[in-house]
Amino acid sequence: MEYESLNENVKKCQYAVRGELYLRASELQKEGKKIIFTNVGNPHAMGQKPLTFPRQVVALCQAPFLLDDPNVGMLFPADAIARAKHYLSLTSGGLGAYSDSRGLPGVRKEVAEFIERRDGYPSDPELIFLTDGASKGVMQILNCVIRNERDGILVPVPQYPLYSATISLLGGSLVPYYLEESENWGLDVNNLRQSVAQARSQGISIRAMVIINPGNPTGQCLSEANLREILEFCHKEKLVLLGDEVYQQNIYQDERPFISSRKVLMEMGSPFSKEVQLVSFHTVSKGYWGECGQRGGYFEMTNIPPRSVEEIYKVASIALSPNVSAQIFMGLMVNPPKPGDISYDQFARESKGILESLRRKARIMTDGFNSCKNVVCNFTEGAMYSFPQIKLPPGAIQAAKQAGKVPDVFYCLKLLEATGISTVPGSGFGQKEGVFHLRTTILPAEEEMPEIMDSFKKFNDGFMAQYESNFGYSRM
Amino acid sequence: MRRFLASQAKGLVDQTRRHHHKSRLFLSPLPSLSSPPLPNPARSPLVSLSRFLSSTSDMSASDSTSSLPVTLDNINPKVLKCEYAVRGEIVNIAQKLQEDLKTNKDAYPFDEIIYCNIGNPQSLGQLPIRFFREVLALCDHTSLLDESETHGLFSTDAIDRAWKILDTIPGRATGAYSHSQGIKGLRDTIAAGIEARDGFPADPNDIFLTDGASPAVHMMMQLLLSSEKDGILCPIPQYPLYSASIALHGGSLVPYYLDEATGWGLEISDLKKQLEEARSKGITVRALVVINPGNPTGQVLGEENQRDIVNFCKQEGLVLLADEVYQENVYVPDKKFHSFKKVARSLGHGEKDFALVSFQSVSKGYYGECGKRGGYMEVTGFTSDVREQIYKMASVNLCSNISGQILASLVMSPPKPGDDSYDSYMAERDGILSSMAKRAKTLEEALNNLEGLTCNRAEGAMYLFPQIKLPQKAIEAAEAAKTAPDAFYCKRLLNATGIVVVPGSGFGQVPGTWHFRCTILPQEDKIPAIVNRLTEFHKSFMDEFRE
Repeated sequence: MEYESLNENVKKCQYAVRGELYLRASELQKEGKKIIFTNVGNPHAMGQKPLTFPRQVVALCQAPFLLDDPNVGMLFPADAIARAKHYLSLTSGGLGAYSDSRGLPGVRKEVAEFIERRDGYPSDPELIFLTDGASKGVMQILNCVIRNERDGILVPVPQYPLYSATISLLGGSLVPYYLEESENWGLDVNNLRQSVAQARSQGISIRAMVIINPGNPTGQCLSEANLREILEFCHKEKLVLLGDEVYQQNIYQDERPFISSRKVLMEMGSPFSKEVQLVSFHTVSKGYWGECGQRGGYFEMTNIPPRSVEEIYKVASIALSPNVSAQIFMGLMVNPPKPGDISYDQFARESKGILESLRRKARIMTDGFNSCKNVVCNFTEGAMYSFPQIKLPPGAIQAAKQAGKVPDVFYCLKLLEATGISTVPGSGFGQKEGVFHLRTTILPAEEEMPEIMDSFKKFNDGFMAQYESNFGYSRM
Repeated sequence: MRRFLASQAKGLVDQTRRHHHKSRLFLSPLPSLSSPPLPNPARSPLVSLSRFLSSTSDMSASDSTSSLPVTLDNINPKVLKCEYAVRGEIVNIAQKLQEDLKTNKDAYPFDEIIYCNIGNPQSLGQLPIRFFREVLALCDHTSLLDESETHGLFSTDAIDRAWKILDTIPGRATGAYSHSQGIKGLRDTIAAGIEARDGFPADPNDIFLTDGASPAVHMMMQLLLSSEKDGILCPIPQYPLYSASIALHGGSLVPYYLDEATGWGLEISDLKKQLEEARSKGITVRALVVINPGNPTGQVLGEENQRDIVNFCKQEGLVLLADEVYQENVYVPDKKFHSFKKVARSLGHGEKDFALVSFQSVSKGYYGECGKRGGYMEVTGFTSDVREQIYKMASVNLCSNISGQILASLVMSPPKPGDDSYDSYMAERDGILSSMAKRAKTLEEALNNLEGLTCNRAEGAMYLFPQIKLPQKAIEAAEAAKTAPDAFYCKRLLNATGIVVVPGSGFGQVPGTWHFRCTILPQEDKIPAIVNRLTEFHKSFMDEFRE
């Protein structure tokens, strides 16, 4: 099998989060250099501890013979034991049996109840599919929507490159709409309209629109008004809206709390609430749970025709079932310990600690970047990332060209080699021409942050001094 | 936007330069910038430069003729085309019956649904291997390792193994995304297990841990298939993951028929014939799928047959996709499992000159851990530029679930003689495997006793695949009911007995022959009742439709 004969779509697809920078960082790590991996939203890898309660429950589900042991109460609290028994009773054979291809009905019911509590509108468990991580769900839905290269998907730029990679793999077209950096990465519906018109004039059939709320890498939280505009737009243009809401628990300001696309849609009433097709995604990987390695997620369908739902179910059934442990994590996440439960205090304390720390780190990082020469950084309103703009001097851009590298890749490689900080260049997410960024996470331990930001500042200011010339630098 | 894609392409070039490859291999031509100039380039979004731009501007109207965008009329046709009978129509009917049974017990001649449609052992009462679950629980909740009470509840070697595994995970963080191929230390263990099994070395860098074997199969299909001009040789009958995956990825399934009369044997001459026929139709055949032990057919290939297959692939330039998920399920003394890697290496084909992908899973064997979604593929004989693409695909999904990865390493390195858990582990393992062999034999004999039914023995795997010689009257009744004859039989069987099997048409069969696939998995105490009900049903079916 030769490289030449491989599927072109595979060759074209890119996923920078684990691309060139990450590979170089791994090489350096093997050579003994201390690397701070801030390339991916992977909280536990940066020292965040798993929440105790869910780990207790899943461990008991993993080894049900423990439940028969009279001494189990010495190692596990009673509510964890009860929850484990409950989840096991929902399965047809414990963690080791394939579940329903859509996920355990009992857990999907818990998810529906969570959505109803969150939004104030009922949700149907039959329209909720659990998946091995939210990414798998995104791929499944895009696979249904994209038929050929003339099918376009509206994707925000900058975007999380799962979207560009998947669209590429599926042979579709990515239709970008630019977020406005000078307006806190705001979304202007006029930009959307222009993108659509342009694409259509080229023979593209726009099928769906992706929003990431809170944004990745940009972190902005959409306002209710913005969401309404988007939903009206999707209604008018007959687009499926894919609402990536995996960071809904990561909110670091109080002006724009998270509001789900579904809630806004329902509030808009007829005809919108009955006609706009919406698929919403969530995960156990983010929030304050950070259980990336479990691979747990779900998508919820609204106004998708029953026959299409059947087809989506059919494709899900080929993969047999999502992993059962992660389904239990999902159940626990949407239905956590309540006040009065034995484990509640510890759970609340652990959760609060993580969220408050993230809020502080969002601020520390934003301020740290803004204190650096030629660096401008919007505040991380939500999610897990900081996406500073690096105003590279022409001298640096030239040096990059000579080294055969894209300018932000050049900068990030130098940053990596000098400081061990492994980031993802902005080109991996998309950005306006001539404007450069990098994405880092806000996940390193709080006590290490000052040192990391110092290290960055030292490198950056030195880099700028080295490459600055008389005729100024790249404009925003 | 043009710069976005330019930087993407540049990134790809840079990445490849770093890996010292000629750039001509990688510079897929950038689409020409034929879009009209825009009034305000900095603020106006540019349209994506995917392949379409080279086409002349097409003023076709927007495609939304229906008021709801994602309808059956305009869903991806590849999705519509693919099928997966294992969880198809019959199962849906069974689930409805099961629901109804809860409140309407008297309406049915049976009081439970027995799912014999799917290889899901633990849903039918098989217990997990205790040692494995002890290790997994300790890795899930690592603070247990600090408690003194733990030693009373867990075996010493499970505790030791958990420590050993956690030491290979940075920060002992089992909740973190791992390397996209899976945790290195676990891949080392798996490679050692492969070497112990085969007597030939395995490289941990060749291993890709996946959420079950199925995602790995999908990855390979995605890689190999660019259009319906690309074909994959598949056994008929086959496990319909292959036909579904090929359909989803827009390729062509090139069938080769297993010979029922010779225990589902594989004839190289038939392979050759199918290959040539496909090529004459303009299909580029890229790979050969072999399922060994077979599903649904249960045959275990003889070594000589395997050698012929390896040589055939080598001669014809085909990738060998070896589905070996049932490698631990062999029930007959005259057959043994040999991995295709071992066979290839024994023939002298090395790392560099034979393209082979071997799939393994934690779902089958004696462990039956379907719900954990653990598995791997071992990829050998590919050039590094191809392997990079495989890695890239794996990286888009970040990694497979960690618990499943750990389990895969346990399956490939179970307790050894002298270990604390060894004796109990062996007792569990042997108990399960001998019971499977027994159930396979009992069901096979029962099926062979039925009028018009012949059933090859299950040498391995978890299924029986009997052939039913349906009377003409039955076939006509099926036609009238607009159902395939084997599906007609299976539906009748379900409604009369509550037993769920999968019609042979879900797997493929020689046209004009009819089969169904039944698992050997219900617990031993249920087997007599199943045999009785099946026998009674079959008799009355034949009474009704006999010529």
